[in-house]
Amino acid sequence: MLFLFYTLLIFCIIGSIIAIEARNILASVISAGVVGMALSILFLFLGAPDIAITQVVVEIIVLIVLIRSTVSLDNTAITKHRDTFAILSSLIFFGLFLVFAFMAFQGLPTFGEPIMSVGRQYLENSVNQTGASNVVMGILMDYRAYDTLGEATVIFTAILGAFVVLRAKGKKKKEESDKIRVGIPEKEDLPMSLDQIETSSDSTS
Amino acid sequence: MLIYFLNSILFVMGLYCLIAKKHLVKKIIGMVIMEYAINLFIILLGYKKGGIPPILLPGMEKSQFVQQSVDPLPQVLVLTSIVIGLSVMALMVAISLRLYEKYKTFDMSEIRRLHG
Repeated sequence: MLFLFYTLLIFCIIGSIIAIEARNILASVISAGVVGMALSILFLFLGAPDIAITQVVVEIIVLIVLIRSTVSLDNTAITKHRDTFAILSSLIFFGLFLVFAFMAFQGLPTFGEPIMSVGRQYLENSVNQTGASNVVMGILMDYRAYDTLGEATVIFTAILGAFVVLRAKGKKKKEESDKIRVGIPEKEDLPMSLDQIETSSDSTS
Repeated sequence: MLIYFLNSILFVMGLYCLIAKKHLVKKIIGMVIMEYAINLFIILLGYKKGGIPPILLPGMEKSQFVQQSVDPLPQVLVLTSIVIGLSVMALMVAISLRLYEKYKTFDMSEIRRLHG
């Protein structure tokens, strides 16, 4: 089982490297989708089927939104003016980050033996108290229902922000242009010259 | 320990993409990868060796279920965080499309150059 986790995680890392370094933006979007799908399989084997289902749905929506935003637009890679200072400094910083992360991981409980002091209470009482056989849904919709309400508020605010940003026209109508009254008049608005009046009266009579 | 380390490498990949790349859509992809890594880390913390999903099936002993099941609390928190991440990504895509409409480019340095 542990071998499977390592394989899938290394697959995710390779997919993310391709997603970062691909020249074509469409290829890099699809590689990010591959990473998400491998992650959902990993969640399934880690004993979290609810998360796996949600991850698949969210991944498909992410893919649709990102492809919609890139496929019709300019999707060439940016090659000029490479900022070597940013790349070098970030690489040094990430090396330091990994060293300190490795030191911090020594203090975590060993993989496969969680502490579960809160989780045990939920597992013992959830079925009697909420009546849901799925403990995750029991916690999400009953014990932490206010948390879910806050989540819905955050989603509502973010989607509202996206609508406001993407709105093409303002709500207020534009004022009528005053070019005709005070500016240079159009040709039709000029007073007609004498021969024009004669020709028009000739055609009518 | 090694699996946490691989997971933090995945996180660092996303952070590198967010900082060093110029293309706006690539920055969004880097942020999405970072989010995946953090969600996976929280789920990994709750994994029990040989664990079963926290769903009580009919005909299952209660004490055995409590002994074997993985931790349900990290899964709840991650379920919330995944959906919030989706809506935040939609907002980021909306802002970058608006920037493309205004400046006709996705290049961050070009956009910076236009305004001093």
